[in-house]
This record gives sequence, structure tokens and C-alpha cells, in this order.
Amino acid sequence: MKNIDSNTHVSGTSVYLDDVPVMNGTLFGAAFESPSAHGVIRELILDDALRIPGVVRVFTAADIPGQNEIGGIIKDEPLLADTHVHFCGMPVAFVVARTREAARAAVKKIRIRIDALPVITDPREAQAKGELIIPPRTFRQGDTDLAWPQCTHIFTGNADINGQEHLYIETQGAYVIPQEHNSLRIYSSTQGPTAVQRVVAAITGASMHQFEVIVTRLGGGFGGKEDQANTWAALCALAAWILKKPVKYALHRMEDMAMTGKRHPYAADFKIGLDKDLKILAYEVSFFQNAGASADLSPAVLARTLFHCTNAYYIPHVKATAWSCRTHLPPNTAFRGFGGPQGMFVIEAAIAKAARVLQVDAALIQKTNLIATGQTFPYGQIAASEAGTCWDKAETLYDVVEQQRKVQLFNTENKLLKKGIAFMPICFGISFTNTMMNNARSLVHVYSDGSVGISTGAVEMGQGVNTKILQVAAQTFSIPANKIKLNHTSTYTIANTSPSAASATADLNGKATLIACNAILDRLKQLAAEAFHVTPADITLENGHVLVNQQPSSWNWQQLVTTAFAQRINLSEHGHYATPEIHYDAVKEKGHPFAYHVYGTAILEATVDCLRGTYTIDTVKVVHDFGNSMNTDIDRGQIEGGIVQGIGWMTLEEVIYDREGKLRSNALSTYKVPDIYAVPKTIAIDALQTTRDNLAVFRSKAVGEPPLMYGIGAWFALHNAIRAFHPHADIPFITPMTPEKVLLALYSKTNTETNQQHAETVSHLGSDL
Amino acid sequence: MPLLDFIRYHQHLTGTKTGCNEGDCGACIILAGELQQGVLVYRSWTSCLTPLGNAHGKHIVTIEGVNMLPALNPIQQAMLDNSATQCGFCTPGFVMSLAGFCLDRKAPTTRNAIAAIDGNICRCTGYKSIERAAAVVATLLTSRDNEEPALFAAERQILPEYFTSIKERLKSLITSLNGELNPPPDSHPCFVGGGTDLYVQQPEALQEHPIRFLLGQEMLKGITREDTRCVLGAAVTVSDLLESPVMQHYFPALENYLQLVSSTPIRNMATIAGNFVNASPIGDMTIFFLALDTTLELSDGHHTRTLPLRELYKGYKQLHKNPDEYITRCWFELPGPDTGFHFEKVSKRTHLDIASVNSAISITMAANLISEVRIAAGGVGPVPMLLTDTAAFLRGKAPGTATIKQAYAIAQLEITPISDARGTAEYKRLLLEQLIKAHFITLFPSLQVELLL
Repeated sequence: MKNIDSNTHVSGTSVYLDDVPVMNGTLFGAAFESPSAHGVIRELILDDALRIPGVVRVFTAADIPGQNEIGGIIKDEPLLADTHVHFCGMPVAFVVARTREAARAAVKKIRIRIDALPVITDPREAQAKGELIIPPRTFRQGDTDLAWPQCTHIFTGNADINGQEHLYIETQGAYVIPQEHNSLRIYSSTQGPTAVQRVVAAITGASMHQFEVIVTRLGGGFGGKEDQANTWAALCALAAWILKKPVKYALHRMEDMAMTGKRHPYAADFKIGLDKDLKILAYEVSFFQNAGASADLSPAVLARTLFHCTNAYYIPHVKATAWSCRTHLPPNTAFRGFGGPQGMFVIEAAIAKAARVLQVDAALIQKTNLIATGQTFPYGQIAASEAGTCWDKAETLYDVVEQQRKVQLFNTENKLLKKGIAFMPICFGISFTNTMMNNARSLVHVYSDGSVGISTGAVEMGQGVNTKILQVAAQTFSIPANKIKLNHTSTYTIANTSPSAASATADLNGKATLIACNAILDRLKQLAAEAFHVTPADITLENGHVLVNQQPSSWNWQQLVTTAFAQRINLSEHGHYATPEIHYDAVKEKGHPFAYHVYGTAILEATVDCLRGTYTIDTVKVVHDFGNSMNTDIDRGQIEGGIVQGIGWMTLEEVIYDREGKLRSNALSTYKVPDIYAVPKTIAIDALQTTRDNLAVFRSKAVGEPPLMYGIGAWFALHNAIRAFHPHADIPFITPMTPEKVLLALYSKTNTETNQQHAETVSHLGSDL
Repeated sequence: MPLLDFIRYHQHLTGTKTGCNEGDCGACIILAGELQQGVLVYRSWTSCLTPLGNAHGKHIVTIEGVNMLPALNPIQQAMLDNSATQCGFCTPGFVMSLAGFCLDRKAPTTRNAIAAIDGNICRCTGYKSIERAAAVVATLLTSRDNEEPALFAAERQILPEYFTSIKERLKSLITSLNGELNPPPDSHPCFVGGGTDLYVQQPEALQEHPIRFLLGQEMLKGITREDTRCVLGAAVTVSDLLESPVMQHYFPALENYLQLVSSTPIRNMATIAGNFVNASPIGDMTIFFLALDTTLELSDGHHTRTLPLRELYKGYKQLHKNPDEYITRCWFELPGPDTGFHFEKVSKRTHLDIASVNSAISITMAANLISEVRIAAGGVGPVPMLLTDTAAFLRGKAPGTATIKQAYAIAQLEITPISDARGTAEYKRLLLEQLIKAHFITLFPSLQVELLL
């Protein structure tokens, strides 16, 4: 089944935030952002801005009637800077004018005097100075101190992982319309309507029930609108609350890129120990997360880095410590994978380092150490593993031996071009790591004409969650899809939602829908059983017909509903689902945090032009653990899209801040995401259909985030291709692997494989431009 | 006002989306149809960079204009069938680019269909499903032969029926507009060609200023051969260049070069003279034409003068040109049988990106020796450069590996790259060396490659 929004998408009739018809009297907002990364505000001069024709008012922190606070996990983030600025792009004032042009013109007329304070952009520097968002967390398994003497080989090194701009094509925005009884209707481009509602309540000093947050759909989210949609909604709500006028703000791309956080850059140190058979015995890793100026979701992102620090491998002795470091960058935030990919890159780097010194194929080390069912993750959960099955199937299905032979032959025959292959196994846990958030609700109405309306807390952003929820209802009631409509997401319909994130939205909201549908179905079956003098168990629904003991009856769905309505039977249900079995003890750092894991293996091949340093990622061949996909069209799209986004992160996409904390890659002309020519010629996807029971909706495993991490293999495929040209090339573990990095590595001096110090890290930060 | 804002906020047609405001994502792509020598031609444009004035006399087609609701047109159906839409925000842009492909005269191959969407960014799908949809769209046109594309598309119900009447309507529109194109006397308008750089750099300033639109001016168009010279009108776009039989004949690899230059909708709008006067140190077309030692003709409306392109640049973004002057045409000597030409460009993303370093070479041989050579290089100094010392060194020598190595060592002394978002200075230095090697490896296949690496 195709995405139910396809029809309106292709005809340009889908409605996004900026397409909501504007009411008469609507005012337009624009934020004035801090030009400095750190300092004390001495003076804010608004006179010239206020003189621009059409400007209605300029709001500052002093105008906030409630709390000037939007922090989700930690209360450390003002909506508008008050006395200090903490990053370039931090909103300081909010102009409201009769036209968008006037608002933008006024922003340019605001002047600010800031006494500069020292700027930190490097997470290691922040850690050394004790600038931490939360105390460090450590995951332990076994005892690494005891394990090192048993290791035959020990390698250390470091990695430096850059961030990633979300680059949802629809920028952030909000449109707030005052309603009766001191309430606001808030159209927001957010993944978390409840978060918007909570923040607006805090800013206005009012209660949550006064704010209806409505989301029809997003033009892409990828985590960037999980917490960071709050700011724009809160600014518009503040102005609308005080002026009693509709206020709209759809961000310009450069505003969006400058003011919002990105995927977290990380620096890391690793130490890995192997025995003579290449079994990894011990792994120690320190992560330095660049959180930016305030917590945002950084503590949760940090947790997932730790959860996935051993990727799909079993390592008996692990010690992993992570610091969330406060710097003067925009607060970094959720991004597909949520810290997991950074954790995985470091273990893959450690394995690559071991492989290149030992002169073995990294794949041999990877395969030797895949986690098996019954083995334990460092956080205590016992694996129900498909890691080996995926790997073995990929190896056979895609005839890796032949592929490797061809690559070797190619490399012998070609001087200017070299190829490299890399394996990328993945293992990703499904559930919010904050156990409390794993719940959802769905409101199902069966109307008297037999049509069905469904509202959930899920936000549709292209991932197809509404389509899957519709499938759940269609299958449960056994009626055609065109009898069912998914409604927009609203905090008046569904309360206290978790954001659409963590790949878990379809599972949680789908299960809640299933519960609601089943409750209605039970009542209908009871009615039919009474009418036909049988028990409810004898009643089934099939293709719109009511069957009694598997035989057609005189009733169809329509008659069943009409009769139920006449008999005053409740045709609505509000279903609630909370994931069972999961628990976590954050003191011991042990528990069972995930409903299940998703596994998979990708084999990537890349070709490097050794003259120019340019490259292509040629093929990505995947065996992916779908469980039992309930929508292969949507799931295939998620995998292809995730892979390309992951490859982009690892290759082209370079977030560049200068020493002063100013974003240099601040537009699409300087920040490059993959275009149609940058994608692999072939992406092959094979489904590992498993029969093992899991907690996914209809056993269809979550598919949103895991495929992104296949893209990590692109870095290592390029690494291997460079080494085919220059076997001792100096290739620091720095992402992304841009053509610049490739060319410099191709012509680098011979690497002696001593363990380098931290000299070359954070090269993407503080570079002198 | 940009055409995009007019479409969305004045006409309230919201199918066209705002993505990046700099022509880099394609969410705002529309089609512009016009009569060129009586032939109906449609081009895809990024409406965020299109000055409303450039829409003058054109048939502007938005996504609403290709809808045949409640049915989907076959382009839209192909997108749906292949699950080529996820969040949907970029989708109207893709549909419009593919509609532009259906109205184009290029061969209906999958390759050309994909080339038509090279200016569209999608962040969700990973493009594979879009490639599959584009392949289906190409098959819609297989039986077209030489039929007029707009008529064919309308007859086959690929696009709405009204496309059959556009040619006549444009004719009467042009007739009624006759004489309205000249700016009022005594105004000092700024000159705007395609607007693809001006509307990125200074959209607000242009709102306030009288503008003289050059793109639509018939007398600034055309690519012709005059004896041994090629003469180009200043409003020639990069797409015009690509489609010119003269250029194709003398530069067989032209398509490969120009595929590296921005994207289809930008190439459809951007003019070569605009690239020259924009004075970017990294302008692709400037580098290309510098190596050809192109001559410019400038006019202030009363007087004309000529100036070699290599003498146009005073310093960073500074020109030997007064504000009232605009380029009318330019010309260069067509390469003879003993002259080789090659263009190289490396950017972070291979397509639709600004170069880290670009370079073009024109090299003429006489008796196995280099008799004349020009190497243009961008991104290695404040202006687009000709490497004159390097060229002087090479003149009279045979192109052997030792000579080439010495040549790029000399080039290092001529250039002054800086570190910026396109790369570090160190990288740009190394990259220029590599591109000089690439020129020689390409033009002299008998060179021993491994000695150069």
C-alpha cells in the first residue's frame, strides 16, 4: 500500500505550515539573533527597528509573562536571551510586523552591544574546564582492567565525528491564532506537539489546556523538529497572547540553519584489545559530546551513544564513559539515530585500526565478534540476535567472495581509480531510552455510516506512520482503506503525547490504535453474537462482511454499525498502550530498556579517483531485519532514504563553525547534502523475515532510524580504497570524508601507526576561515 | 519581488514550495514557456531566484497548472506508483522538473529524465524511487518522434489540454506587450540577467531598485560562427551553450563539463555574461572562457568598447567596467586541429556545487612542442586567474612528466588561495596541482600516468 498522502503530495495540494491560509490581520514575526557566541548584553537598541513602517512591536525577555524557559530535560534554556548570550544565533528579540518584509527589515535595524566572554567550541576543552551539562555516565561490563593482560593485541586511537544539519526541506515555523477564553490555536511544524504545548504554557504562565497544538504534517523532521520547533511556536504564542492577533513565523533557510542545533559532533578516545583469534576481549571508550549551549536533548542522546557503543558486537569487558560538554554552539539536538551512530562509528574505527595494523580484513574481526542470542549488552539486556544471520545471508546472497575478487582485479588493473569494500553491521534498540515515554494513545470513532476516523499522537513527516496506523484499523475491522481517515494531530484530541521519534511511533500509536479498534470490535461482535444467537468467538469480520462460524451472514459492516448505533452501543474508543517488559535502572546502568533490537548488515563499495580525490559510493547491498514488514513500499523508502542520509553524513555534509562560533556552512550553497548523482548506483535490499515474536505492531519491526547507520560503511569503504592506492596512508578517523580529506590522505606521508595524540581533531571546528 | 513570493503570497498558489531561497533545492521549480523564433520552448526555473520581471511575456506554469485532478497526470502517477514521495515537500518541484522534461526536445531517455531533476534535492527518499519514477516518465515519450512536445504532451494527456493553445496565446501576448520593455529615461537601473547570483546575494536591495532585465532581450541572444570566431550574445544561458551545434562541434566533451556546472534550472537561467561580471573567483564559465582568451564587447547604451576578459578583473569582485556598462556580446577564436581544450572542476559534491578549485586549459601544439598555452584557474586567488608564468614556462617545451611537474611548481608561486568553506588553502594548492596533472593526462594519453601521481 502506498503512503496515503501520495495523492496530495504529487499534486501539490498537501498542506504544510506555510500553506495554512492566512487570516485577515495576521502579523508576521522575525527573530533577531545574537551575533556573538558568548557575552554579556550591555545594550539592545530597538529604536531604528521600531521606526520601520509596519512594525507593531519588538518583544524581548522582559515581555515574557511566564517563565523565560524552554528547556525540556533540564531547565537551562531561555526563550529570549536576557543578560547573556550563549551562542551565535540565539534569539534575543522578536519583531512583529504587518508584513514579512517589514519584520525582516526591522531585524536588520536592531543593534546590540555585547561584552565578549571566552568562546568554547571544542568539547574536550569544555570537559577539561568542567563545563558539563550532566555528570558523566559510565557503562560497564566485565572488568577491563583484568582483561587487558589477557589481550594479544591492544590498540588505541581517537575519532572526531562531525555533526549534521537536518536540512528538512520545509523550514521550521509556527502560526498562532488567538481563540476565545484566553486560548490559542497553534499550528506548528513539530514532531512533539505536547512539548510545544508545555513550553507555550510556561512562557505565557497559563495552563496546558488553553493551548491546542495542531500538526497536519511536516516537510521532513529527522529529529530537528523534536524539541527545536518549540522556540518558534513560543515566540509566536508570546506575541499572539499579548497582542491578541494571529502571528506567523516561517523561518528563512539561513535563519533556520543559524539558529537551530544539529546532530552532535563527538570526539572520542578508544582502546581495544583482541586475543590471538581476533576475539575482542576488552573495549574502553571515552565520548566527548558537543552538546552546544544548553541541554536540549543532549543527555538522552548521550545515553544512546552508550547503549550502542558496541554496535552489533559482543565484548565481554567494556568500560564506556560519556561526557556531555557545554560549548557555545547552538544546542545540538535529536537527529535520526540519536547518538547511536556516533557510538557505532567509534567501535568501527577501533576495529579498522586493529585491522590495518594487523594487516587483516576488518570484516574478519567484525564477523568474529557479532553478538549471539543469549549474550549480554553492556547495559544488561540479553540479546535475541539476528546479527549473524544477517551477516551470513548477506555474504552468500551477494557473493562477497566474487565481489572482493573483482575489486582486487580492478585495483591491479587501474592506476587512477581504486575501489574499496566495507561491511557495516548494525544493531539498534527500539524504544525511548527514557522508559516513561513509551506510551501512546489513539482515538477511534466509527461513524454511523460505517466510516472511521482516527486521531493519534503520531506526527506524519513522510515516514508513513499514518499509513501504517490506517492499515492497522483496516486489518482489524476488515474494511477497505477508503473508509478510514487519519486526522491531523492535535493536543485537544490526544493529550500528553511522546514526540514522534525513536523509530517507535508506528509501534506505539499503532498498538494504541489496535487496542481501540479491538475494543470497538469486541462490542460489535457481542452485538452480532446476540443477534445470531452464538458466542462472540463465533463472529468474524472479513472484507466488510460479518461471518458466523466462518459462514456468510446477512449482515455486512454497514448493517453491523447501523444496528449498533440504533442500540446505543459506544462506537468510539480511546486506546492506551504502554510498552510492556521494559525497565531500566539508571544508577546501576543495567536493565532491559528496549522492546527489541533491529539488526542488519550492509556491504558497501566505493571508487576513489586518485588523481582528483573525488569518489563515488557505487553499491550498498543490505540484508535487513524487518521482522515481518507490514508495508514494504514504505519500509523500502525508509531504508533507501536512511542509507543516503547516512552516506551524506559520512562523506559530503560538513558543518563548519569558525573560532568565534559562527556557522560558516550556513546555506545550501555551503552545506551539501546528497543530490541525485551522489547516491549509489545500486541499493539492494533483502528482507530477513523472522518468525521470532517481538513487541512491534503486527511484528513489523521499526525501520525509521536503523538504516541510517549502514551509511557509516561509506567512510570505511573510502578508507579501504585510499589504502589500495597508498597502503600506509595517514587516514585519521575524522568525519566527513570529503574529497579534501580523501585527496590529502591519498598524498599523505606514510603513517607509522603510532598512536597519535589529539592534535588533528576538531579540525572542522575553529578552523580559521 | 521574486516570482516565488508572487506565486505563493499574492496568487495564493501554495503548491510551489519555499525551500532554500538560493536556487539550490528545487522545491520552488516552475516552468517558463516562451516563443523563441516562433518555437515554443519551456525551461525549468527556480522561482525563488527569478525576478518577477523575467516572467514578463512568459507562460509561467506552477504545479497547479499541470494538475488534472481528480485524476493524476502520468508523471504524478509514476511518482506515486514508485513511492517516490515521502514527506512530500520537495515533490511538486520534482513533478515540475519532470514536466519540463516532457516539454523539452531532448531525447526521451532515462538519463535525460534524471538530468532534468538534477536541481532537485530530496532529503527523504534517497532518490532511488525517484530514479525509478523518472524512468517511467521517459517511457511516456518514446513515440513522440518530431512532434511538438507541448502538443504531444497534451494529446497523450500527460499534461492538461490547455497546453495546445499556449503558442497562440503567447503570440498575442508578445504583440500586446510590444514597446513596454524599455526602462524609463533618466533611470539608472541595475542590469539583471538570469538573477541566479544577484538574487542570492542581495534580494532585498533589488526590491528597491529599478531593474533592466537583459535575459529576455532578443538582441543579446544567439551563438554564431563568424569565420574562425565564435560570437556569443551576453544573455546566452549555460543551457543555450550546451545546445549550440557550434559549441558541441568544437568542444566534444562540453556536456561532461557543463554537467558539473550548477543544475538544469540554474543553467536555464544563468547567463555567461552574468558569470563574468559576477566576478566570483570561482566562476565556472569565467574559467572556461578565460582559457579561450575571450574578448568582451561592452556598451553603456551610447558607446561600445572591447576588452579582453582577462583584463576585466581589478581585484576581488572589482571590475574594469563602469556601472552604466553592460556586456553585449563576446567572442573567441575557435580552436584549430592542433589545439586541445579541457576543463576540470572539483567540488565537495560533484554536481550542483560551487568548485573548490576549477581550471581550464587551451594548449596548441606545433611539432610536438607546446606553441601556445593558457591555463585558467579559479578558487586559488581573489579573481579568476590565468597562470601566465606557468604558461610562459611551458611554451616551447614538450609535455613530459618532468616539465609538467616543474609547471605546477611554478603555478604554486602564482596562486594565493585562502582557507574557506570550500576547503583549506593547503587542499586547494594540492588540488590545483592534481587538476593540472589531469589536464595533461586527459590531453596527452600517451603520458606515463604513474610517473605523475
